Amino acid sequence: MTHARALLAWPLSLRLLVLALAASVVLIAAVRLGAVSLTFSSVLQAIAGRGDSTTITIVRELRVPRALQAALVGAALAVSGATFQALLRNPLAEPYTLGVSSGAAAGAVLTVVTGWATRYVWSLPLAAFAGGIASMLLVFRIAYSVGNKQTLDTRVLLLAGVVVSAFLVALIWLVLTFADTESVRAAIFWMMGSHAGASWRSVAILGVCLAPGLLVLFALARPLNLLAIGEPTAAYLGISVERTKILAFAMATLLTAASVAVSGTIGFVGLVIPHAIRLLWGSDNRGLLPCAALAGAAFLAAADTSARSIAGANELPIGIVTALIGVPCFVWLLRRPATR
Amino acid sequence: MIAGSVTAWSLEGLSYRPSGAPRPTVSDVSLEIPHSRMTAVIGPNGAGKTTLLRLMLGTLVPDGGMISLQGRTLAQWTRRDFARAVAVVPQGETDSLFTVREMVAMGRYPHLGPWQRERLEDATAITLAMDRCDVAQFSDRWMATLSGGEQQRVRLARAIAQDAPVLVLDEPTTSLDIRHEMTTFELLRELRADGTTIVLATHNLNLAARYADNLVLLRDGAVVAHGAPADVLTASRVEATYEWPVDIAVHTDGSPQVVPQAGGRSW
Repeated sequence: MTHARALLAWPLSLRLLVLALAASVVLIAAVRLGAVSLTFSSVLQAIAGRGDSTTITIVRELRVPRALQAALVGAALAVSGATFQALLRNPLAEPYTLGVSSGAAAGAVLTVVTGWATRYVWSLPLAAFAGGIASMLLVFRIAYSVGNKQTLDTRVLLLAGVVVSAFLVALIWLVLTFADTESVRAAIFWMMGSHAGASWRSVAILGVCLAPGLLVLFALARPLNLLAIGEPTAAYLGISVERTKILAFAMATLLTAASVAVSGTIGFVGLVIPHAIRLLWGSDNRGLLPCAALAGAAFLAAADTSARSIAGANELPIGIVTALIGVPCFVWLLRRPATR
Repeated sequence: MIAGSVTAWSLEGLSYRPSGAPRPTVSDVSLEIPHSRMTAVIGPNGAGKTTLLRLMLGTLVPDGGMISLQGRTLAQWTRRDFARAVAVVPQGETDSLFTVREMVAMGRYPHLGPWQRERLEDATAITLAMDRCDVAQFSDRWMATLSGGEQQRVRLARAIAQDAPVLVLDEPTTSLDIRHEMTTFELLRELRADGTTIVLATHNLNLAARYADNLVLLRDGAVVAHGAPADVLTASRVEATYEWPVDIAVHTDGSPQVVPQAGGRSW
């Protein structure tokens, strides 16, 4: 109990420092571990461009971009999940609740079964990104057509998200029912998520998409705190509720759609990382969002490293690893007797 | 004429019907809410008290009529300016993992920029508000571990920390014990003495009669009577509005006290 209390009382700077250290350790491990294990010094040499060319290629072109992509996606999904949970005032909300993932999957599957995905490398991420955004717009369109049409009822939004997702998933399976085996396999693997396609280019594009989203959401931390306890309360404490909601939903959707476009639908991170941080340090989004970003980055980079190293030559889908590692950790955190 | 000369709020022909509702919950309400006075909105369940407050606060938009605060229509206020002018204790909020201090600190948000840290004056306002509402001992507790009445006092502290010249409360003492109900009303009286304009909705007619300068009696979304407690709370009017026989006694401080009769007609 005293130990738990000491942990709870950590100031924000210490939390961020510890999580940043954890993320750095994981990133170094991610570059060292894999089919070929490397020492720390050979990694440093390879980054500096010395040593044998195979090692340089493995480190510079494969492992570093892949680790960075996993970390960026983890950060984006965790922040997006925390935002959706605050905006929808629902602990079950996650980045995919409003249909971004099923829209993205529909776009991705379309390019897979039509063969564009193999002919044009960038068609799949583009279609996934567009599909994610389009399904989100559809969900908002439905939510706005209900009730008084000027304000957004988040309960209606939640329901609209669930039904639009269900519809899109049905469409995906309808298409896959008539697709060839190879396409079905490719589509299913995409839906389970992977960072195997990471490159410096995908990392750069991801970074450009994520930076504004993360910055805007960090700046919205106080409004998000208020929206999490109630929309009238947020208005009484100085927030333009409708404007803020739309901006926050748009940014969280951007984070999610960009992540899904490069790595497929990786579950669990966006739901559980924010809750884990909340259980440790509470709901104040000024601390929660940056802590969740670092924790999500560390967690997903670790999961990706495990996914490509524990089963030898076979790479596991990362979604399986996130749940297999994450669930026991989360149950431990839930059971920890640390209520104030 | 009602007590208080300067008008804080002015409502003219206000009407509101929720989408899908058969009848309006507020219809053709015209009122002047005086500055630096305590005004209590009373009326039976479903009379439109909360709706009227939300219209005045701009979280519901009227179908017709005009509302202005300090001479500016609500559309002319930004939410941030409004939050610096009017603090609100609303009914019902979602449980979240916030500590009591974090919750009270939210009262300072309208005074801070997005990246700005709490200043010394903010910390002072927060501590003072927690002391005045008797919640300082809960400072580090999670909101969810508090009882309903304790949470209500934290919300009051948040509004006090907001440090606004107008305070609006929606049934602020509903789940409070006698001591905390009385300390709340005493606190409101102190704030009023310092010049704060107070508007509250309440079911406690007797405390409203003792503490408020003016009463607004609502029924079915319309104003039945408006004025000093002794003028509003007559036996026949209260009986007709609440549909229950009552006697009106006079308290030692001179205010009218509503005593419901036992064995009245059931419905």
